[in-house]
Amino acid sequence: MNTDQPIIQIHDLYYRYEKENVLEDINLSIPSGAFLAVVGPNGSGKSTLLKLILGLLKVQTGEIKVFGEDINRFKERHLIGFVSQKANSFNTGFPATVYEVVASGLTKKVGLFKFLTSGDKQKVFEAIESVGLTKFINRNIGDLSGGQQQRVFIARALVSDPRLLILDEPTVGVDAQHVQSFYEMLEQLNKDLGITLLLVTHDIGTISNKVTHVACLNKHLYFHGNSHEFEHFQEHGVSEFYGYDVNLLTHEHHHHHEGVKR
Amino acid sequence: MIEAIFEYEFLQNSFLTGAIIGIIAPLLGVFIVVRRLSLIADALSHVTLAGIAASLFIEKKFLLFSGLNPLYMGMIFSVFGSVLIEKLRSVYKDYQELAIPIILSGGIGLGVIFISLAEGFNTDLFGYLFGSVSAVSRMDLYVILAISIIVITLIVLLYKELFLLSFDEEHATASGIAVKRIHFIFIVMVALVIAASMRVVGILLVSSLMTLPVAASIRFAKGFKQTILFSVLFGETSVLGGLILSYYLDLAPGGTIVMIAVLILIATIVIKKIYSARPA
Ligand SMILES: Nc1ncnc2c1ncn2[C@@H]1O[C@H](COP(=O)(O)OP(=O)(O)OP(=O)(O)O)[C@@H](O)[C@H]1O
Ligand SMILES: [Mg+2]
Repeated sequence: MNTDQPIIQIHDLYYRYEKENVLEDINLSIPSGAFLAVVGPNGSGKSTLLKLILGLLKVQTGEIKVFGEDINRFKERHLIGFVSQKANSFNTGFPATVYEVVASGLTKKVGLFKFLTSGDKQKVFEAIESVGLTKFINRNIGDLSGGQQQRVFIARALVSDPRLLILDEPTVGVDAQHVQSFYEMLEQLNKDLGITLLLVTHDIGTISNKVTHVACLNKHLYFHGNSHEFEHFQEHGVSEFYGYDVNLLTHEHHHHHEGVKR
Repeated sequence: MIEAIFEYEFLQNSFLTGAIIGIIAPLLGVFIVVRRLSLIADALSHVTLAGIAASLFIEKKFLLFSGLNPLYMGMIFSVFGSVLIEKLRSVYKDYQELAIPIILSGGIGLGVIFISLAEGFNTDLFGYLFGSVSAVSRMDLYVILAISIIVITLIVLLYKELFLLSFDEEHATASGIAVKRIHFIFIVMVALVIAASMRVVGILLVSSLMTLPVAASIRFAKGFKQTILFSVLFGETSVLGGLILSYYLDLAPGGTIVMIAVLILIATIVIKKIYSARPA
């Protein structure tokens, strides 16, 4: 794996569940070390795109490469950490401790019929430490607050040493104060550990000064690299650039104006 | 009673079998309960019943098969039923729980047909429904022992995968785990354990032995391993206590076992209430 190679490359990707395309003509290249935020209204295909990248859905038309390898042949799944949109709607009565949940992030990496070594266990402790939950390590996950639970899922995603971390609206249900510190933690992961981040979010306003790239999705993808538009985007705020308030992101929108389609 | 166990082979057989089932039924039960699949155990036990009825019918109608052990036919039906449930679950992706009543009623229907074809059975059937201390043969004991060794080995070896699959199926899939295969192995194990438990506990009460100890344990256990530990402890207490009581009081063992499990469950709920109502 060389670091100049894009972490994710998508070519001419289309996807449909039923008759109608949910994704159309998606082209995207995410360089190593990027912090990309994907925004878009409800039902615009954000989760679908992530599921395709994660191999949860099969590519129908087009091509996805992760770490230079075609998604269908890609085996080193532990290089990708994932926090799902559903992570905050799990069965809170599930009897598992923070330790057990985070350790489950190593399942594939450790391998079938094998047990965690003391080195693996050390990794679990470190991942829990890195999200500041050491105090709660033996608590049942259902007994934590929503924000703390979210951190457990981040720790689970981090424990396998991913080079790419994919998060689908990770801050839904987390209060404003914790959202801030949550994004600071993401920024640290990106800057200090060089982990490439792909974040689907609705609060673009909060993170616009932390991300390196922004992509706007509504069936089509409009990519804003570290370029003129992105500076413009930072200077003039989100609303003006997109012509609507991105923090709400509820209504239809079309890029007939400045958005550059790649 | 303790002397009697050493004296009579049939009592030894039931006690050893009961002791084994007291471990493996709640062990699998933990995974069933946390995945909210409790009704699958019910569906499979009714399919097992159909298998037993089929076996008794064949035995009665065709002398050639006299002495046919209903355990085997029960197992075959149960495993077949589990495969069918999986097929149905993939057909009804959005209504996966539909598979359970379909298989359950199919099992009862088939069972009743075999029973009526055979124009009624002797009291044997009662034992299969509610358990019996005298029905377990040495051969049954060996078969059940073999099943339990396989099941425990598989659970130990696949523990990580089974845990992740139970907690978060999507994550298991995304991390490249063979989710379908693991789930299949699991459901076949459930089918085998249900068939193995029927002699002692009875078909109608097997699913309670898989779920009640877990329901009690989940009230207070910290973590998954502890949940398993207490479930097995409660299951074992229920089975052994139930067998001793039923022998002395001449009751159906299945009912006695389940009632002890119910008492344990009530006790944990009450104790938890008192404990958490107390000011800290
Ligand atoms: N399993 C499915 N079967 C059929 N259609 C689906 C399925 N999942 C999603 N869709 C449709 O695909 C479109 C995109 O859905 P997707 O979940 O990707 O949107 P999203 O951008 O993540 O929305 P949100 O912001 O609400 O999370 C929607 O119109 C949705 O109705
Ligand atoms: Mg979504």
